[in-house]
Amino acid sequence: MRRDTICALASGHPPAAISVIRVSGPETTSIIAERLSVSQLKPRHATLVELRSESGDQIDSGLAVFMLGPASYTGEDTLEISLHGGRMITELALQSIMSAGARLAEPGEFTRRAFEAGKLDLTRAEAVADLIDAESEAQLDQALKQMDGALETLYSGWREDLTETLALLEASIDFPDEEDAPERVDAPVRQKLENLKSALQQALADGNVTERIRDGFRIAILGKPNAGKSTLLNQLAKREAAIVTDIPGTTRDVVEVRLTMGGYLVWVSDTAGLRETHDVVEAEGVRRALKAGDEADLRIWLHDAREPFRSDRVRPGDLVVSNKSDLVDPKSVSRETLAISAKAGDGIDEVEAEIVARISSLTKNVTAPIITRARHRQGIERALAHLETASQNLDNGIGAELVSEDVRLASRDLGTLTGHVDPESVLGAVFSSFCIGK
Amino acid sequence: MQADMKFDVIVVGGGHAGCEAASAAARMGATTALITHKIETIGEMSCNPAIGGLGKGHLVREIDALDGLMGRVSDKSGIQFRMLNRSKGPAVWGPRAQIDRKLYRKAMQAEILHHENLSVVEDGVEDLSVSGEKVSGVIGESGTEYTASAVVITTGTFLKGIIHRGAERIPAGRVGEKPAIGLAERLYALELPMGRLKTGTPARLNGETIDWDPLEKQPADDDPIPFSYLTDRIEVPQVSCGITFTNPETHEIIAENIEQSAVYSGAIAGRGPRYCPSIEDKIHRFADKTRHQIFLEPEGLDDPTVYPNGISTSLPRDVQDAFIRKIEGLENVEILEYGYAIEYDYVDPRALDSGLQVKALPGLFLAGQINGTTGYEEAGAQGLVAGLNAVRYGRGDDNALFDRAEAYIGVLIDDLVTRGVTEPYRMFTSRAEYRLSLRSDNADQRLTQRGIDLGLVGKTRAEMFHVKHAALKSGRDLMQSVQMTPNEAQKLGWKVNQDGQRRSAWEYLAYPSIDMAAIESAFPEIAALDGMVKTQLEIEAMYAGYIERQKDDVEALRREEALALPSDLDYAAVGGLTNEVRAKLELIRPATLGQAGRIEGITPGALTALLAYVRRRPERKTSAHA
Repeated sequence: MRRDTICALASGHPPAAISVIRVSGPETTSIIAERLSVSQLKPRHATLVELRSESGDQIDSGLAVFMLGPASYTGEDTLEISLHGGRMITELALQSIMSAGARLAEPGEFTRRAFEAGKLDLTRAEAVADLIDAESEAQLDQALKQMDGALETLYSGWREDLTETLALLEASIDFPDEEDAPERVDAPVRQKLENLKSALQQALADGNVTERIRDGFRIAILGKPNAGKSTLLNQLAKREAAIVTDIPGTTRDVVEVRLTMGGYLVWVSDTAGLRETHDVVEAEGVRRALKAGDEADLRIWLHDAREPFRSDRVRPGDLVVSNKSDLVDPKSVSRETLAISAKAGDGIDEVEAEIVARISSLTKNVTAPIITRARHRQGIERALAHLETASQNLDNGIGAELVSEDVRLASRDLGTLTGHVDPESVLGAVFSSFCIGK
Repeated sequence: MQADMKFDVIVVGGGHAGCEAASAAARMGATTALITHKIETIGEMSCNPAIGGLGKGHLVREIDALDGLMGRVSDKSGIQFRMLNRSKGPAVWGPRAQIDRKLYRKAMQAEILHHENLSVVEDGVEDLSVSGEKVSGVIGESGTEYTASAVVITTGTFLKGIIHRGAERIPAGRVGEKPAIGLAERLYALELPMGRLKTGTPARLNGETIDWDPLEKQPADDDPIPFSYLTDRIEVPQVSCGITFTNPETHEIIAENIEQSAVYSGAIAGRGPRYCPSIEDKIHRFADKTRHQIFLEPEGLDDPTVYPNGISTSLPRDVQDAFIRKIEGLENVEILEYGYAIEYDYVDPRALDSGLQVKALPGLFLAGQINGTTGYEEAGAQGLVAGLNAVRYGRGDDNALFDRAEAYIGVLIDDLVTRGVTEPYRMFTSRAEYRLSLRSDNADQRLTQRGIDLGLVGKTRAEMFHVKHAALKSGRDLMQSVQMTPNEAQKLGWKVNQDGQRRSAWEYLAYPSIDMAAIESAFPEIAALDGMVKTQLEIEAMYAGYIERQKDDVEALRREEALALPSDLDYAAVGGLTNEVRAKLELIRPATLGQAGRIEGITPGALTALLAYVRRRPERKTSAHA
C-alpha cells in the first residue's frame, strides 16, 4: 500500500512555549537528512538539532525524536521535533518540511493511520475520536467566524462560481438532446474560469505577506553619493559589511546583508549613490540601485541633513531619513523626518523600531490559524493549477469532459474552504438554469 | 406438481429489472422462476420507446459486459441508433436508440422463455412465505406455493400507485394493469421506510394523422453502433424522429387550465423528477420561454403510434386535445391514449444492503422502480445486481459488489443504498467521479472478467472477450515497445520536448496533437494492427494522463472499501458517536468504512471510531475485490 508522508503541528496553536511538529510516513528519514543538521537520528533518542529551510537557512533549533516504524504511534517512521512556539517559526518549519516531500495531515489522520496499523485499542480510540470531531467541526466554523463575514462571502462566491462552471459543462455533456441546454459553453465557461483564477490569485497575493516574511523583508537604502548609506548599513548590521570612505561613489554594486530585527528576517541593501555619471561602472551601479529599490518592500531615502531633500523617485510609504544630524542645528530638522547620525550611532534604534513597526503592520492582518492557512494555501495553489489546465484545454478545443475534470479537481482542492461541491448541487444548478425535459 | 415449484431464486415481475434479475440468476446456474401475471407483457416498455443516452447507455453496455440481456435485445429492436455527444470525448459518448416496442418485447420474450435454468410462470403473487426470520418463497393468486431461498421483487410502481389525469383517479400500476394488493400489504407490514414519488407520461398519438412535411427530421446515425459487444451490425431498418415545438398559443391554453392539472390542483404529493418535468411545469417554471422542443418518436416500424417526448401532462383529456392540436404538425392529430401522472410509494433504498437485499428480511431483494429509480437501464442494472446476489445469498456467499471506480452500476447502487433518493433517481455521467475511466467503450474491459469470475458470463462471450483482451494487450505492448527520439519526431513535424528522451509510440499518442493516423505513418508495424484495437488504444492514450492521476484516489477508495463493517454492528456500543450520526448509521448500516464516509453528515471522528471497532474484531473478507 503506497502512502504519502504527512506533517502537522501536534501541539496547540502558537504562540505557545513550544511547538511540537510531527511527521509520519516513508519520507521521514529523507526529510531528516535534508532539513536537519544531522544526516540521521538514532531511534528513540532525543537529539538537539537545527531545522533548516529549503534554502538552508536555520529556522530554529530544538529537540528531535525519531521513531522507526512499526514501533511508533502510527506504525510508520515518525519524527517529532519540539521548537520554540512562535507562530512564524511554526509556519516556517511546516513549510520547510512540506517542501521536502510531506503534505499537511487531514484532521485525525495520524490517529487514523494508527488504527489502520492496529495500534490503538477501543478505549483510546473513543477518547481521540471525540477530540478529532471537535477539531474538524471547529475548523470550518473557525474559518468562517473568526475572519469576519468578508471571507465567508469570498468563499461562498468561489463555491458559486465553481458550481456554475460545472453546471454549464455538465449541462452540455449530460443533456445533448435538449434544446435549452447549450451544445458549446466555451465562452461562459472561459469567463467564469478567468474570474475564479483572478480571485484565487488575489487570495494568494494577500497570503504573500507570510511568504515575504518567510523569505525576508527587503529593505533598500537609497540616496545621493556620500549620504552615509554604507555607514547606516554597517550600523544596522553592527559590523563592517560595506566599505566606507569619504569618496563619493565608493559603493559601486548592491551590498546585501541578512539581519534579524524584532524577530523578523530582513535583507538590507546598500546601494550605489544616485547621480548622473559618465563612468560606465558607476552607471551600472546606479541602474542596480534603482532595481533594488523597485524590488524592495521598504525604501529608506537617506540624505545629508545639510541639504534639502528632493527626489522624484520617492513613493508613498517610503521612509525618509536625515543623516549627519550632528552637523546641523536640531531645530532646522523637520519633525516629520527621522534624524540620525549614522557615524555617531545616534537614532539607529529609532530607524530599527520604524522598520519593525512597518513589518508588524503588514502582518497584523494575518490572523487566521496557521495550520488552517497553510492547508488552505496549498489547496488554493493546486486549485489554481487545475483551473489553468482547464483554461488551456478549453482554448485548445479539448473536450468538455476533460475541462470539467480539472474544474472538479479544483473544487475538491478548495473543498475545505468552500465546502464540498457534490454532483447533486451541480445537477441542482443545471435544472434551475436550463429547462431540461426530453 | 409441488416438486416443480421449488426454485433457488424467484423473481416477481417481468419488466426490465425482472428480466435481468431472472437471467442473471439463471446464468449463474441457479434454478430460477420468473413469475408474472401476464407473460405477454414481459419486456414491455411502458414509458418512452428508447434505450440508452448519457449515463444510461453506459449502464446498458455494463449490463451487456456482464452478459445481461438489455443490450442484445435493443440491438434487435432499435430503429434509430444515435451516438450522443460525438463532438465530445469518448468518455461521454452515450449510445442511444429509439426502440420498436413490439420487436423489443418479442426479442426479450424469446430470451426469457428459452433461457436455460429459467421457468416462466403466469400467476399473480399474493404474498411472501416467511419461515423463521427469512423469506422462503411466494404464494400465487392461484393458491400455488412457490418456494425459494431468495425472492427478488421487481414490481415497479405497484405500491399505492394512483394514476391522475385532471380530476380522474385510477388506482393502478400502469394503464390497464391492476395493482397487487396482497403483496403490497405484506411489504407495508415490514414497516420499511417509504416515500412517495410521481412521474408522468405524454399522450400517445396516431402517426398517420400527423402532418410530417413541415417538421424537422432527426435521422439515425449513418453507421449505427450497437449496444452489445456481441452484435456485429444493426440489421433493423432505421427511421427518423420528427421535431416540433410548443408555441405561445399552446402555452396560453395550458396556463389557463393549469389549476386542472393533477399536480397543480394539489392532488399529488409525490415529488417528480426535475429532469423530466411535465409541460405544465415547464411553462410555469420557465415562463419566459416561448417554445419547448418535442421529439416525435415512432414506437415501431409497423406501429403508427408516436410518443411525443417533452409534453408529459396530467391535464384533463379535453385540455390535452386542445393544446396538442395547437402544435405544428399535430393540428389534426388523433390521440390514441391520453397522458397522465402516476404517483406511487417506493421503498427507501437505504433499507437495502449493497446487494439490494432488504436488511430487515433476509432473502428478500428489491430491484427497479420500487427502489425510487426511473428508467429501464437503471432498473435493468439493479435487476442484474439483485439476481446475482440472490444466488450468492442462497449459496451462503457474501454480496458481490461493483465499486464506484469500476462501474456505473457501482455508482448507481452506492448512491441508492448510501444516500437514498429525493426524486426518481436517474443516472447522469456527472454522478460518476471516475467518469474518464468508466467509458461506454471499455465496459467489457472493465467488467467481463469480473463477470466470468462470478459465473455470470456464458461461453460465447467469454471466448470473444479473451480474444479481444489479448489483442488489446499485444497492441498495447507493441505500442510501448516501439520508440523514437524527439529529434526524429520533430522531423515528422511533431511538437514534442527536445529533451533527448526516447519515447514510445504509446507516449507520443498521449500528446493531444498526435493522433493514431500520425502514429501509423511513423510506425508501420502499428498500422498493421486491427482497427478495433487501434481505436480502443487511441481512446486509452487520450485519457491515460488523467487516469494515472486518479490512481491515488482510487487506491484510497479501495482501501476504505476493503474495511468491512459487520452488518450486525451495534452502533450503540461504538463510543464517540453523536445521536444523529448513530441514527444514520443504524438506518443505512454501511457495508464498508468507505460507504460510511459517503453518508451525509458523517464526521472524520465517527469514521475513526468505526475504524477502531473494525480493527478490534476479527478480519472479515469482502468479495468486492477478492
